[in-house]
Amino acid sequence: MYDSGKILIGIIVFLILFTSPIWYDLAFGNPAKKPNLVLPTGEDQQECVMSAEYMRDNHMELLNIWREDVVRNGNRIFATASGKKFEMSLTKTCIHCHSNKTEFCDQCHNYLGVSPYCWDCHIDSPKLEIK
Amino acid sequence: MDNNRRKFLKLAGLAAIGVSAGKYIDIIAKDTAHQIPPADLISGTELTSIKVNSKNRWAMVIDLNKCLVDEDCTKCINACHKTHNVPDIGNPKDEIKWIWKENYENAFLDQENYYMKAELRDKKVPIFCNHCDNPPCVRVCPTQATWKREDGIVMMDWHRCIGCRYCVAACPYGSRSFNYRDPRPFIKEITPDFPTRTKGVVEKCTFCDERLAKGLEPACVEACTAKALVFGNLNDPKSNVRELLKENYSIRRKPGLGTNPEIFYLV
Repeated sequence: MYDSGKILIGIIVFLILFTSPIWYDLAFGNPAKKPNLVLPTGEDQQECVMSAEYMRDNHMELLNIWREDVVRNGNRIFATASGKKFEMSLTKTCIHCHSNKTEFCDQCHNYLGVSPYCWDCHIDSPKLEIK
Repeated sequence: MDNNRRKFLKLAGLAAIGVSAGKYIDIIAKDTAHQIPPADLISGTELTSIKVNSKNRWAMVIDLNKCLVDEDCTKCINACHKTHNVPDIGNPKDEIKWIWKENYENAFLDQENYYMKAELRDKKVPIFCNHCDNPPCVRVCPTQATWKREDGIVMMDWHRCIGCRYCVAACPYGSRSFNYRDPRPFIKEITPDFPTRTKGVVEKCTFCDERLAKGLEPACVEACTAKALVFGNLNDPKSNVRELLKENYSIRRKPGLGTNPEIFYLV
């Protein structure tokens, strides 16, 4: 290889520059702000429609199923595994308990950089603070 | 020398794939573990929800003799628009309407008759979505965002509407409105029970499907103090609408088009 010394130095300099953001972050960076969920309190709000693990991974799929069932099939009642019945409604059921969107939904959505457009139409607050 | 560089590049490539693949294995493994809840948990029960079924064929009869007594009455319009968060944009170009009023001669183009009784001829009649038996809007919708339910209601799925406005062009009654702008700032008082719409979707009367599911009559029927609006099941020969239609002469808007409208006007 001709000029192998220069090429090797060049490659090393390139790698250091290219990966410098990683080293900088490891040395001086602040860790990303972790989501901090505020869970609903109150006696009648202890049971979610599904388990917390299921909801954490799949709430968006459940909401899609609900949407399909209510709008297209006309079924509006959801029975949990324990037999408790809920109306399939984002505003009336989910937001009734998780009444603070900024302290619950937005925490993870912002952390992950997803912006669901549910709230373009559905009312996110029973208190009706519409901007 | 050449051989060595070739080997180095191959190894480097493989290593890069290996490093990046490791990250995704976790995600993929988790993804396959996704489970949909069992079917019996997600199906509705008859607790408070009345199921959509073909035994019903919802229709409305409007008794114009009762309706036209008070010309300025807009109770049905106000009740409907408040219940469903219909915006008042205040500009006819962007207007959103579920119920509105039209001159008799414009509403019933083919029924125009100068010598008919003046209290009917010169007044405005309330106009609704006709929930046609043969709805042209449904035929043209490319996404099935609008469709005819088993009980005859021409429904809208605002999640699925892509805003192409074929249905607006197809509807011969002008029953459909398009949201040219975000409607939320124009809703005076938001009813939280019902969603608003967003920019780029078409909306219209849904015969209050959310109220029917609870066994309630449509909001306009409930709000009409003159009892001019009667809602009922056409499939039931003993229903109030069938009785009214049997006893009285009724007209419909543009019946010649073959859409078979299910809003009847008693004259």
